[in-house]
Amino acid sequence: MQKLVVIGAGMASGRMLEHLFEAAPGAWDVTLFNAEPRGNYNRIMLSPVLSGEKSYAEIVTHDEAWYDTHGVTCRFGEKVVGIDRDRKVVIGEQGEVAYDKLVIATGSNPFIIPLPGHDLDGVIAYRDLDDTNRMIEAARPGARAVVIGGGLLGLEAAAGLRLRGMDVTVVHIMGHLMERQLDEAAGYLLRRALTDRGIEVCCSANSKEILGEDGKLRALKLDDGTELPCDLLVMAVGIRPSVALAKEAGLETGRGIQVDAQMHTSDPDILSLGECVEFDGQIFGLVAPLYDQAKVAAQTLTGEASEYIPREVSTKLKVTGCDLFSAGDFAEGEGREDIVFRDPARGVYKRLVLEGDRVIGAVMYGDVADGNWFYGLIKDGTDISEMRETLIFGPAFQGGASVDPMAAVAALPADAEICGCNGVCKGQIVAAIEAGATSLEAIKATTKASASCGTCSGLVEQVLAVTLGDDFVLPTAKPICACTDHPHEDVRRLIKAKELKSQPAVMQELGWKTSNGCHVCRPALNYYLLADWPLEYTDDPQSRFVNERNHANIQKDGTYSVMPRMWGGMTTPEELLAIAEAAKKYDATVKVTGGQRIDLLGIKKEDLPHIWADLNAAGMVSGHAYTKGLRTVKTCVGTDWCRFGTQDSTGLGIKLEKRLWGSWTPHKFKMAVTGCPRNCAEATCKDLGVVCVDSGFEISVGGAAGMELKETEPLAKVATEQEVIDISVAFLQLYRESANYLDRPYKWIAKTGGLEWIIAQVVDDLDNRAALIERFDISQSVYQKDPWAERATPQYERAWSPLADLTKEAAE
Amino acid sequence: MSWIDIGALEDIPVQGARVIKTKMGCVAVFRTADDAVFALSDRCPHKGGPLSEGIVHGHKVTCPLHNWVFSLETGEAQGADEGQVPTYDLRVEAGRLLIDASKLAAQSAA
Repeated sequence: MQKLVVIGAGMASGRMLEHLFEAAPGAWDVTLFNAEPRGNYNRIMLSPVLSGEKSYAEIVTHDEAWYDTHGVTCRFGEKVVGIDRDRKVVIGEQGEVAYDKLVIATGSNPFIIPLPGHDLDGVIAYRDLDDTNRMIEAARPGARAVVIGGGLLGLEAAAGLRLRGMDVTVVHIMGHLMERQLDEAAGYLLRRALTDRGIEVCCSANSKEILGEDGKLRALKLDDGTELPCDLLVMAVGIRPSVALAKEAGLETGRGIQVDAQMHTSDPDILSLGECVEFDGQIFGLVAPLYDQAKVAAQTLTGEASEYIPREVSTKLKVTGCDLFSAGDFAEGEGREDIVFRDPARGVYKRLVLEGDRVIGAVMYGDVADGNWFYGLIKDGTDISEMRETLIFGPAFQGGASVDPMAAVAALPADAEICGCNGVCKGQIVAAIEAGATSLEAIKATTKASASCGTCSGLVEQVLAVTLGDDFVLPTAKPICACTDHPHEDVRRLIKAKELKSQPAVMQELGWKTSNGCHVCRPALNYYLLADWPLEYTDDPQSRFVNERNHANIQKDGTYSVMPRMWGGMTTPEELLAIAEAAKKYDATVKVTGGQRIDLLGIKKEDLPHIWADLNAAGMVSGHAYTKGLRTVKTCVGTDWCRFGTQDSTGLGIKLEKRLWGSWTPHKFKMAVTGCPRNCAEATCKDLGVVCVDSGFEISVGGAAGMELKETEPLAKVATEQEVIDISVAFLQLYRESANYLDRPYKWIAKTGGLEWIIAQVVDDLDNRAALIERFDISQSVYQKDPWAERATPQYERAWSPLADLTKEAAE
Repeated sequence: MSWIDIGALEDIPVQGARVIKTKMGCVAVFRTADDAVFALSDRCPHKGGPLSEGIVHGHKVTCPLHNWVFSLETGEAQGADEGQVPTYDLRVEAGRLLIDASKLAAQSAA
C-alpha cells in the first residue's frame, strides 16, 4: 500500500480523495492534515451558516465515519511545519509522516489590507468556520458592522450579518459591486436590492484607517474623512494562495504553487491543487475549476493519463432573493456585440456578449433560470447564429413552432407573467408546485395566482400540467374554435405575456391548426390585439363581422340600416330635417329605436358612403349601432324639465357618451342615466346604469335585457359627475382588457366570481383606476374617430360599388 | 369559353370579396390570403345572405347572416349544413380578373 499524505482538508482535496477511493479502493494509506480542527465541509455554504439559514452540521461533506471507512488517518487541528523532500516526510506539530506521494492543498489566506488598526479586536477576515462563528457571536441585533469588499464573499457576509439583525455598511473600492462578475447595470440592480434589504453600500470608497479605543474597534475611516462607526469589521477583499509551506520546501512558486496539467509541482512526487496553485499564470477562487483539478490529481495518482484544462467559470451569489449569474467574459471590446434585455419594473437584466456567432459572456440579474444554458453555450462555443433573434429568451424559446397546445405554456420563461392581477410569474407558480402545491386551489392559496379575476386559471392549470406531467389531469376548457385548443382566457393572457402583436404571431406562437383562422377566432383575435396593443396593432377589417366592416347593420335582404348618434337621446329640428331628407333621398324606412335614436333601414351598400356624407354634413356621426362597442347612453330629461329630477341626467349622459364613443369592447355596451329612482331611462338593466339621487349618483353594472333578463348590481355610490365618468371609463376599460370576446359584462362579471374584484380595481384602488383611464385614453386616441367621415370618400364609393356590371353584356 | 375582364386583382381586398352584377344576380369574387381567386353566386342557399360580405378564411367563406360555411373551391356547404352555391370559372392574367361568361350566359339562357 502506498503512502499518501494530504495537507489541507478543503473542498479540492476532499473531492480528490473521493475520486481516488473510487478508482483505487484500498490502494492508498492516507494521512490528512488540517490546520482547522475539523474535516471537510462545504466552504461555499458558509454564507447560509452565517445568515442562520443552515447549520454547520448541514454543510459537512465528510464525517468521521467516512474517514474511518476509507482508513484515513486524520490529523485535524495540527499544523504542518515543514516538508523534507529528501527524506520524503511531512513534519507536523505532533510528529513526522512519511509519504510516497504528497498532495499540497493548503488553499488560500484571506488578504488583510495593512491599514492602520487592522489588528484591533473586532477586525476579522471571512474565510473559514471559525471566522463565521466569530461573526455570529459578534452579530448582536442593532450592533453595527462594516464589510470592506463588495465582491462575492463580502456581499454574502454583509447579507448574512444583516439577516442576523446588524446594521451593515459595505465599503467597496470600485465603482460598482462585484465588478469582476457583473457589469455596471447588473451591479446597479444588485446594489438596489441590497439597499432595499437595509444594507448600506458605499462604492468608490477608499478605506484609510481603522479607528479603535483601548485596543478595540470603534470605526472605519475613509480617505474622504467619513467615519463609519462599527462594532465588527469584516475584511473580504480577496484571497492569496497559501504558498509559504511549499516555498520553504523549495518548490517553484509564483503567485501560487506552480503545477503542470497533471497537477505535479516541480517535484514529481508532490502534487498540488486548489486555491493554492498557479497554472498557466492563473489562480483559482471558485469551486468548479477546483473540482476539475481534483479529478485530474486523482487520475495522476492512479497513473491514468489526464490533463487539466481551465474552463470558463460561472458565478451565482448565495444571497437569498438576489438572483444573479455571471459567466465568461463580458467586458466590452472591438468585435463584440451585446444582446440586452431589461425589465425595469421587475428588476430583471440580462446581457449576453457575443463575439461573431458565439456567446462569450453572460450577466444576468433578477432572473437567472437560463444561466446554466447560457453557460453551456459559452463553454461549448456553440454557433448561435440560427437562434440569435430569440437567444436572450433562453432555451424554452428555441425550437420553432409549437403544435402541442401545452408547448406555448411550456415555452414561457419563468418571468412571464401569468396572473396580471397579482403579478405572479410562471417561475413563482412552478416553485409553488415544486413546494407541494399541486392543485389550482393550492396555487391560489400559496401564490395568489388566479385568485382575483380568475381569467388566468386555465394557464395556471397548464403550468401545473407542464410541471407535474402525468400526475395532473388537465380539466378540459372549451377552446375558442376548432382552429385552436386554447380557450379565450388563455389566448388573452398569452397575447399579453408573450407580447404577441399580430394575428400571424398569435397563430404561430399558440399553435393555430389552420393557416388563417376562421370566422369565430379571427374577430376575437382582432379585438384582443387592438384592445391590448392599440398603438402597435392595425385593425383588420377582413377579420370583422360584416356590420363592423361596413359600419352599418346588414338586414335580412342584404340592405343596411343607418343610425346617427343622438347624444344622450337629444336631437334638434335641424338634425331631424337632415334625417328626413336623407330618408327620402335613399328611400329608407324610418324607425324610432329603444335606444332613443332614429334608424334608417333599407339602404343599399353602394349608397352608404353617400348617406353618411349627407348626415355628416348636418353634423351627425355614426351611432355605432352595429358594433361591439359603446352603443347609446339613454337618458331622461332630469332636472332640466322633470319635477322629480334630482340631477342633470341628460347632461351627464351626453358627457359619458362623448367620452366613451368609438371604443371597441368585447361585446356591445349599453348605458343609461336616469334622473331619479323612478328610472324612466331604465338604467337598471343596462351594462352600466347611473341612477341619480339627491346625494349623488348610484352606479350599477351587469344588467341585461335580452335573451337573459338581469338587474344591475351596485358598483359604487359617488357624489360628483366626475367620479361617475372616471369609474365608468375605468369599468369599461377593465371590461375591454379582461373579458372574453362576445361576453357581455354580466357574463364577464360572473366569470370573475362577482363584483368584488371589479370594485377593488375600479372603485377602491385609485391608482389602478387612473391607470385604467390612462390606457383607455391611449386607445381612444386611435379609435375615437367617426367611421362615417373616414369612409365618405370617392375611394370608398368605388370600393363599395360592384366591381363590374355584366347585366348589359348578358343581355346582348 | 369566353373570358370577360371584370377588373384588377388589386381591386379586391385580401381575404375579402367584391361583387359583379349579372342578369342572373350578383356573383361574388373572392381573393384569399394566398392570393387565389374564386367566383361564386353571392346568394347563400340558406336564406339568401350575401356571401361577398362574409369572413374569408383559408379557401372558405362564412355567410354573414347565419354562419354557414362554404368551400370557395366547390361551393359546397361545410360541416352539418347541406347546400351548394354555383361556382364560376375565374382566372388571373397579368393582374386582371377574367371570368368565364359562357356559364353565366348558359345560366341566363336556362
